[in-house]
Amino acid sequence: MADEVLTAPLVLEYPFTRTTGPVIGGFLTGLREGVIHGVRRSDGTVMCPPLEYDPITAAPLSELVAVGTVGTVTTWTWNGEPRAQQPFTQPFAWAMITLDGADTPMLHAVFVDSADDMATGMRVEVVWRDEREGHITDIVGFISAVASTTGEPAAMPSDVEQIQSVRTPIRMEYTYTPGRALSQYLRAMKDKRILGDKCPETGEVSVPPRGVSSVAGKPTLPELVDLPDTGYIESFNITRVPIKMRPDLTPPYVSAWIVLDGASVGFMGLGMNVEPEDVRVGMRVRAVWKPDDELEMSAQNILGWEPTGEPDEVITDYARVGRLEQGGGQ
Amino acid sequence: MGKERAAVLGVGQTKYDTTYPGSMAGMLREAATNALEMSGKGWDDIDAVIMGKAPDFFEGVMMPEVYLAEALGCVGKPIMRVHTAGSVGGSTACVATSMIQSGVHETVLTIGWEKQSESNAMWALSLPQPFATSVNAGAGGYFSPIIRRYMMMTEAPELIGCMVALKDRKHALNNPYAHLHQPDLTFEQVVESPMLWDPIRYSETCPSSDGACAIVLGSEKVAEAHDGPVAWIKGIAMRSESGSFAGRNMVSPAASEACADDVFAQAGIHDRRKEIDAVEMYVPFSWYEPMWLESLGFAEKGQGWKMVEEGATSIDGGDLPVNCSGGVLSSNPIGASGMIRFGEAALQVMGLAGDHQVDGAKTAVGHAYGGAAQYYAMWVVGADK
Repeated sequence: MADEVLTAPLVLEYPFTRTTGPVIGGFLTGLREGVIHGVRRSDGTVMCPPLEYDPITAAPLSELVAVGTVGTVTTWTWNGEPRAQQPFTQPFAWAMITLDGADTPMLHAVFVDSADDMATGMRVEVVWRDEREGHITDIVGFISAVASTTGEPAAMPSDVEQIQSVRTPIRMEYTYTPGRALSQYLRAMKDKRILGDKCPETGEVSVPPRGVSSVAGKPTLPELVDLPDTGYIESFNITRVPIKMRPDLTPPYVSAWIVLDGASVGFMGLGMNVEPEDVRVGMRVRAVWKPDDELEMSAQNILGWEPTGEPDEVITDYARVGRLEQGGGQ
Repeated sequence: MGKERAAVLGVGQTKYDTTYPGSMAGMLREAATNALEMSGKGWDDIDAVIMGKAPDFFEGVMMPEVYLAEALGCVGKPIMRVHTAGSVGGSTACVATSMIQSGVHETVLTIGWEKQSESNAMWALSLPQPFATSVNAGAGGYFSPIIRRYMMMTEAPELIGCMVALKDRKHALNNPYAHLHQPDLTFEQVVESPMLWDPIRYSETCPSSDGACAIVLGSEKVAEAHDGPVAWIKGIAMRSESGSFAGRNMVSPAASEACADDVFAQAGIHDRRKEIDAVEMYVPFSWYEPMWLESLGFAEKGQGWKMVEEGATSIDGGDLPVNCSGGVLSSNPIGASGMIRFGEAALQVMGLAGDHQVDGAKTAVGHAYGGAAQYYAMWVVGADK
């Protein structure tokens, strides 16, 4: 139980902006108008979807060629358990589809009832999204085409606005595991205890514990050591302007390296109950904890660090940080 | 173990700017084409491509080396990606050089890039983490306490950083590729620019840039046959260390000093300040110039800021001009920034640095650092073999 490693979901997402350049921009512009383009390669063949540089000769490519909206499946596989963000919620086929007029296949989804309805060589036609915006998702997928469907390329309207950039949001979902040493530390946090780990060779005490000493390159002692919630400010930063990514932090605020009494290495903490102008290197501080009924297994239990009013720590060597002199392998 | 000699034959850059108007592939192609043009080489002459960029989250393109191979003419050839955070442009050039020094290849194209307009490095450097508390926001908040320690340690005058910022922005006016061109910028404006990460002012920080820098490297045989100036590579070195441990010297990390000692020993440099004619060092926040001057052994400990104060690092009369290109303070396509330092050092000894040429430069240094000041890459280049 006590050794159990904690886990938590971690989601990272961001809407990246891609500048397309003329080739990819032209392809996306075509999609918005209901026309699929390939690009003519150095050997005269047509590659769809297009690339800016020839995969065989590396030559720059520029001539976009409209291809059909019907094509032939060259190979496929069945996707029985679609995931979120895939083109279809029901099971579907992933297929390589060579559109009429193109010489290379593109990967896309084919919507059929079962794998029995799929075959190499089958004819499929594009399904467009109702409202197209010039994005690869304008193509919803493909369905089986009746033999008579030709899917001739539509004419590209003239004087349309070219797509020059697109938003491509990403979202990644992880299960975060802080590891054994950090899990113990987080559990103790719930009881307002701060644990560090100790290097068997140098005596270096690190907070938060890492399970390994970065000085000796060895595992730390299995028993974590208790540290007081007091220490000093080794150095600090005052952020004076709002940081867009951190709306939760109101400037001006102090972020300081805190070295706990008995610890050898500092960590970053928020200065509290002190004017930024009054913060000093060497200032003695103590933790400001959340109210007891709000404590959880999290380093967020410590809201920040406030001055104790004790005399400042005397720092003699401003280059070296931490308290290596406390070590020595005792 | 004996090494083959290697030399820079060509350097290619794009105009650094807030947004490069084309695609990422097009941007790299432009830099590579410019480097090939200077080197007199064609795509067919290149044996391998070594590329480097900063963390994937900076642009959200995973495995860019796959997507960009054909843009770099790398069809049927080896391609390899290097990654050491912000120093990556420098380490990539080192890895590419070692491909020639080892005798594996004769001619290598190396390239670094960043397209900051497609993402937000501040976001990528401030990713949330469960259970943890974070007060960090971007690189400035991390480096500001280290700069504060340097200021306390050396008792340097408060405005040394502003002097560096103004000098690099003035240098940038002579570099057509530089992102920031601020001809009317005054010292007072730098001083009065808002404090962001106190003690770092807005004008003492680097911009967010799009851009790519490429270098064509050749073996001794290839360089001897080259019709034009080359920069002989006299030494390459890389070092790293953990970002946090007891007793760490944050101001002048041991890895930084070891990297410098190694590269200068290889190049046979004894009096660093005297024997080096131009330095391109990685200075994303102005105070890092005096800090690196000391760490790299151009100044005694505690004396780096005096070189700034005396104007020793200015191209206008200084004996050790630093960042004549305008440096990272004037252009920061992160993954390219190290390569630009290396490429600009080469251009100086090739005599091809244009309006920011140091007269008669024979020996120059390129320098890059990254992560929590924990990755280092350097090279020394010379006009003579």
